[in-house]
Parts: sequence; structure tokens; C-alpha cells
Amino acid sequence: MRRHTWIIPTVYIIFLMLPIYWLVSMSFKTTNEILGSFTLWPQDFTLENYRTIFTDPTWYNGYINSIIYVSINTVLSVAVALPAAYAFSRYRFLGDKHLFFWLLTNRMAPAAVFALPFFQLYSAVGIFDTHLAVALAHTLFNIPLAVWILEGFMSSVPKQLDETAYIDGYSFPAFFTKIFIPTIGAGIGVAAFFCFMFSWVELLLAKTLTAVAAKPIAATMTKTASSSGYELGLLAAAGTLTIIPGAIVIYFVRNYIAKGFALGRV
Amino acid sequence: MNKTVNQKAWFFVLPVLILVAFNALIPLMTVVNYSVQETFGNNAFFWSGLTWFQEILTSDRFHASLGRQLFFTFTILAIEVPLGVMIALAMPRKGIWVSVCLVLMAMPLLIPWNVVGAMWNIFGLPEIGLLGKTLNTLGFDYNYTRQPGDAWFTLILMDVWHWTSLVVLLAYAGLVSIPDDYYQAAKIDGASSWAVFRYIQLPKMKRVLTIAILLRFMDSFNIYTEPSVLTGGGPGNSTTLLSIDLVKIALGQFDLGPAAAMSLIYFLVILLTSWVFYAVMTRDEED
Amino acid sequence: MARITLSNLRHSYLDNPVSEDDWALKQLDINWEDGGAFALLGPSGCGKTTLLNLISGLLVPSQGDILFDGESVTNQTPEERHIAQVFQFPVVYDTMTVYDNLAFPLRNRKVSEDIIAQRVAEVAEMTDLTGMLNKRASGLTADGKQKISLGRGLVRTDVNAILFDEPLTVIDPHLKFQLRAKLKELHSRVSNTMIYVTHDQTEALTFADTVIVMNAGEVVQVGTPKDLFEKPAHTFVGHFIGSPGMNILPCNIDNGKAYLGSSQIKTDNRATKGVTNAEIGVRPEFVSFESKGLDVKITKVNDVGRFKIVEVDLMGHSVKLLMGEEQSIPAENAKIEFNPKFTRIYANSHLCEQER
Repeated sequence: MRRHTWIIPTVYIIFLMLPIYWLVSMSFKTTNEILGSFTLWPQDFTLENYRTIFTDPTWYNGYINSIIYVSINTVLSVAVALPAAYAFSRYRFLGDKHLFFWLLTNRMAPAAVFALPFFQLYSAVGIFDTHLAVALAHTLFNIPLAVWILEGFMSSVPKQLDETAYIDGYSFPAFFTKIFIPTIGAGIGVAAFFCFMFSWVELLLAKTLTAVAAKPIAATMTKTASSSGYELGLLAAAGTLTIIPGAIVIYFVRNYIAKGFALGRV
Repeated sequence: MNKTVNQKAWFFVLPVLILVAFNALIPLMTVVNYSVQETFGNNAFFWSGLTWFQEILTSDRFHASLGRQLFFTFTILAIEVPLGVMIALAMPRKGIWVSVCLVLMAMPLLIPWNVVGAMWNIFGLPEIGLLGKTLNTLGFDYNYTRQPGDAWFTLILMDVWHWTSLVVLLAYAGLVSIPDDYYQAAKIDGASSWAVFRYIQLPKMKRVLTIAILLRFMDSFNIYTEPSVLTGGGPGNSTTLLSIDLVKIALGQFDLGPAAAMSLIYFLVILLTSWVFYAVMTRDEED
Repeated sequence: MARITLSNLRHSYLDNPVSEDDWALKQLDINWEDGGAFALLGPSGCGKTTLLNLISGLLVPSQGDILFDGESVTNQTPEERHIAQVFQFPVVYDTMTVYDNLAFPLRNRKVSEDIIAQRVAEVAEMTDLTGMLNKRASGLTADGKQKISLGRGLVRTDVNAILFDEPLTVIDPHLKFQLRAKLKELHSRVSNTMIYVTHDQTEALTFADTVIVMNAGEVVQVGTPKDLFEKPAHTFVGHFIGSPGMNILPCNIDNGKAYLGSSQIKTDNRATKGVTNAEIGVRPEFVSFESKGLDVKITKVNDVGRFKIVEVDLMGHSVKLLMGEEQSIPAENAKIEFNPKFTRIYANSHLCEQER
């Protein structure tokens, strides 16, 4: 029986790839071909859709915006989560358990609930339609996740490492940056991956908090779909391009994805 | 691990606390504020007590969205969890195929949610989508923009496509952490593959599966973008889930009071269910 | 219960082993009598766990045959071979009670519940688990879990042999002794064939009637603990067993006799003709200070409780002596002698087998 089990993952992967294939193949078709006939692969192969995206600033700025706020968010989330996760994994302090749980509850908050209040709050402090606004909004979901993952990794590092370092005469900041952070490098990688992932795929908040200057690529797509009629080829090309950064990131962290989950504590 | 008591640890937590509090407490207070007031425009607000809550809790519209939401969440959990476990069990444990599987399976997780919606929107179109065309060629009368049943089918298939991999990754992480000795001992004890699953693999996966179910529960309850792009809640209101309804009320009709009250109820439902589930799943780990 | 024979057995983890080093196990021919207590002793990576997994059927050998009572089981599964095994890290089924753990192998074999109840009670009594039968197995300490693993082997009546793979690794030192004694006692009670793998000589020598010493994928000696101590067949055995290990001194051979410098050393055996790389091996226990003998210089005295380890310099080679606490060390002009009965000549590390 064991011999034939490869069929299950294979069938599953084919199922996963079909819609992606359809999107990619459509991005190489002309609008006429898409609407006019049903073809399994592009008969009239064209790169026109991609040319449009790379020459039109409203399109490619979307990519740049997305990448900027995703990066800000990832760096910010991991940077503040590091000391906090260290505190949770090494010390007991007043209200630590409640605080940890409260942090996690924020991960459960529906984005839809926060869309409007965020809009008002960020308008009030004057950062509406900036990259920072989206990055900050996403920290609400990403910081709890990063703290959780990092705490799991840190708890698996024996406390003796800290003590040995102090005996060897390291100050706390020197120990933390020179010894501890490299030790949990894999954990930081995993946490950064999840922050990147959420920030990259989320749209409701990103769309609500931006208008022109920081509009993400995904939002550009929705606007285009409705304003300029049904330019499916263009839409497909833009969609295809949004898959690529994710695929690259997965490739780099493939050996750690599973591990990151396994180490987080429930 | 023995942790030392150190109140100074609060300083380490402070940046997180400030950021999350700024992002969570102020908006939440705004929501609470709206939920107990009545407005007729012009920024004039009046105290209205708990009327909005009463109105929401007794409204048929809320009951209907909540019902659809529960149906959606439990259906996808019932499909994705067993399916994910099954795929994880069948995955290779060593060699290059592990990486190939993990990378390909993780792909749907990193596609922006509206692209997922758009992708399935195109994929399911009866005339030009691969799925829609195939089903219609096979003789099914499939059209997700017109028939509620088809819309639900597409919505659930899309979610299974999008999120089953998360369960697979988690279950797989649990499986590879089981030492070989367990399998060897089971072989020697003459255990059937069912017994190996029941007494070794399932108990060792329990922790990660708890995370998987919790995450899938919360995320499916919060789902907005994908169905909104795929069906926009239609046809009619047939696929209007809680988030979609909420956004319709808040941003579409600008009925801030009811929207805020609904937000709070919505959030509480998620918190409460997650907490109960968590408590049940970890109950017998204490002894 | 069965006599276990390994015939011409070789194993490699590679598909196409080329050089001699590719073999995890090189050429084995061993016969284990039914009902014996055997130990496989050797340093980490010597192939002892590989050998154990071959016997249990978790691995299939690249070459050769494994026979139980003269019948080949080489291609049988662990279940068909009726083998029980206790692993280095305790394996228990966490969600089950101790009782269910012990009953598990029987239930898998569709034994009726009354017989199960009776067998489990018997085994629980033997392994001191009676009071804990209704507890969750995950709550037990490491030694309790190892007892469960062992009990799962004992509970079956059809077991040909019970294999132990370094079972005391994770046990607290003060419990190791107890559990070892328990194993020894159980062996005499159930008289199953037991094979015990370890790198710890004390464990091997106290547990087994016959010890198989392995090194680098080869068996270097099979013998009783006494043989291994008094008559090592290989300098590796001399070195590996005993604390401190055997003294090994390069020597010259003339007409079958051993010479250190110009002094002849009386030995138990004679060197075969034309040997190369000859060495004298003698354990520290059999070296003593005498009024006449080989001149030495004392370099170090180590008091280790009930006895002393004295290191001396003999013609540029270090020799160790073991002395009782009350014996005195000569202040000057120290001379040592080797007990000829326990002094032997080795050539290319192997004992020269020609008796005097």
C-alpha cells in the first residue's frame, strides 16, 4: 500500500496547480482569444499584457508600494517581537500570561471590524495613504504571531547559553546581538516569513488605508477590473506577477516552514 | 524551564505593548463608542444604550449571515482537516521530493487574497474558465454567478484549494517530529497501520492539529476578500458571510452604530469559540 | 525461543558498496544458543545497532542469512520473526494506560481478553508495574517507561528473542543498577534468548553469559566475561575492556620468544613463525613490583579509592600497574615483573594462538 501513496500528494498538487496554470496561461493570451474561444493553452502567444504592466506607472508603482510596506512591516514586527519573546521565554513577571493571551487574541480580530476605526485613527494622526499606515495596521496581526513563533524557538534554547555568556563577561546587549540572535536565526527567518506572508496577501486593510500614493498592487487590480471593463489578460498578468515574490520566499525558507509551526506553543 | 521572576522584563515587552495597544485599543474603543450611540449625520451623536446590540441580535439579517458563516466554517473544517492529515501522511519523509512538495503546496498561501478570488472567478467562468467549461461540457449546469448552490460549491472548493496546505504543513511538522523508534516498536508489536495512526501519529499530531484547527477556525470566520472578489456575496445574499455583511453595513451604508455593535458581537463570538475549543483540546494535558 | 545463527552476514547502507569501508558490517558468522544472555559490546559506530536491526528484521541484510533454529528468516518481517525489542529512548503509547500498553501486542494478535488480563498481570508483577496499571503511560519516569517497553516484549508467549538497544541510556545512574539486576533476574525466570547492545563494559559484563566485542563492523572476540578479561583475543579487546586497559608494548621476537630490549619476557603463548608488528599485552592487574625484574622509573601515582594506579616508564614506554591500597611503592630502584600466565604475544593486534 505504502508504494502507491505518492498518488495522493501528486493529485493534490495537480489540483493546486490547475487554477494557477489557468491564470498564467491567460496572461499570455490576447483579449480576443480569452473572450472569443476556449483554448487550453495560448494559441496566439503574447507578452503585451506584461509590457503594459512594466511601462504603466499606475501598475508598477503598485508593486513598489506593496514591497515597501511589506518590508517595513516585517522589519518592525520582528524587531519589537524579539525582546518581547525573550522576556516571555526567560522571565516571569506580573501579568505575563494574560499579556501573552491578550496578544494572541488580536490575531483573531476580524480585519473587517478594524477597517473603519483604522481609517479614522490614521487619518487623525495624519498618516493616511502612506506606506507606514499599512505597515502599522498589519503589525496588529503580525506582532502576536512573531512573538508566538519566536518564543517557541527561544524556549528551545537552553538557559545555560545565557548564563555561560554572562560568566564569559558579555553584557546583555552584546550577548543578545552577538550570540542569541545568531542562535535563533532559523526562528527569525520563520517569523519574518509569516510576517511577509500575511502582509503580502492581506488586502482589506491595505486598500482601506491607501488612496493613491501607497496603493498596493492587489488594489490596483480590483480598480482596473471594474473601471476599464474586463481586461482579463492584464488582470491575469498582474496576478501572475503577485505570485512570484511569494514563490521565491517559500523556496528560501522551505526547510524551516514545517519546523516553525512545530515549535510554537499552544 | 525554570523562569526567574524579573519585573524589568516589562521593558522588553513595552514596544510590543505600545504598538499593539495603539492599534488595538484605540480602534476598539472607537467601535465601542459607536456601538452605543445614534447619529443622524453632521457628527452629532446621541447616547443610545444597548439598542444597537438588541437590534443586531434580533435581526434576521444577522442571523442569516451568522448561519451562513457557521455553515461555511464547519464545512471547510470538516473537509480541510481530514484531507490535510491524509495528504501529510502520504507525503515522502526524506529526499528531494519533500522540498518539491512543500514548495508547491505552500504556493496558494502566498498569493494575495484578492488574486485568489480573481483567479477562481476566472477559473470558474462557464464559458472561458477551465473549471466552468469542463463542468458544463460534462453535462452539469454550472454557473456560480447565477445559482446559489454552484456559488457555494465554488466558494468551498476555493477555500479548500487555498488553505488545505496550511493543515498539511502543520500535520507534516508533527509527523516528522516522531522518532523512528516509535514506528519500529509498533512494527514489532504487530500494530496495523490504523493502530499506528491511532496510537502514535494522531497523539503526536494533536498539538499541531489544535493550532491548525484554531487558525483555520479564526481565519475562515474572518474571511472577507476572497468571497467578496469571487461572488461579492451573491447571487442575492446567498454567500454573504459575516465580514461581507459587516463591510456592506459599515462602508456601504455608513450605519456606524449597528456596524460597531455587530463588530463587537462578531469579535466576541470568535474569542469565545476559540477559548472554549482551546480549553477542551488542552484539557487532559495537565495531568 | 530459538537458536540464532548468523551465516556469512554482511550489510551496507549503500546500494553499491565498493571499498571495504562502505560496509557497516563485515562478514559475520555467529551462533547464539537458545536461552542465552548475550551482549554486543563496542564503541559507537561499530555496527552493533545495525546488527541488532538485522536480527529484529527492521533491516534486510545486503548479503548472507539469518537463521532461527536452522530456518532462514532473512526475508521475514519483525512480526513474523517474533522478536521483541527495547529501544534506547523509551517508546510508550502516550494516550494509553500502562495496562493497555502491555496488552497492545496481544490485542494486535487477536488474543482473547481473559488471557490478556492474565498475561498482563503476570508481566506487571515481574516488572514491578502492578501498582501503576491504571495510570497513563505518559506520566511515568524514564525507567518506568523502559519497564513498559520490556513488558511489551515479555507479555508475548511466542517471542524468539528479546533485543535491547542501549536500554539504560536515559536512566538515572542510581536506577541503572536496579534495572540491570532486574533484567538479569528476569532472564533467569523466563529463560528467553536476550541480546543486549551497549558501549558500556560494566553493563555487558554483568548482564551477559557471552559477550561479543565488535569494532569497525567486525567481531573481534566472542567469549565469556572472564575470557575477555583474562585472555583478550585482540589488543582492541584488551584496551576496550578493563579500567585501565591492557598495557601493550612493542617487542622483538626471537625463536618464538618475546624480548623487551635484551630481557626475555615469559609469556603464555609463543609467537608464530615470521610474525610482524609483535607486541606484548599484559593487564595492569598482572604487573607487580618485585625485587628483581625490569628496571623502571615511577612517573605517576593515582590513588582511586580501593586501589592505586601507578604509571611507570619502561624503556620509554608507559606501563600501568594496579596495586592494592595497602601495598607499598618502592622508593628507588623499582623493578617490575609480568605474571607469565597472563602475558601474551600479539602480532598485528591479533593474539598468537600457538600455545606453549
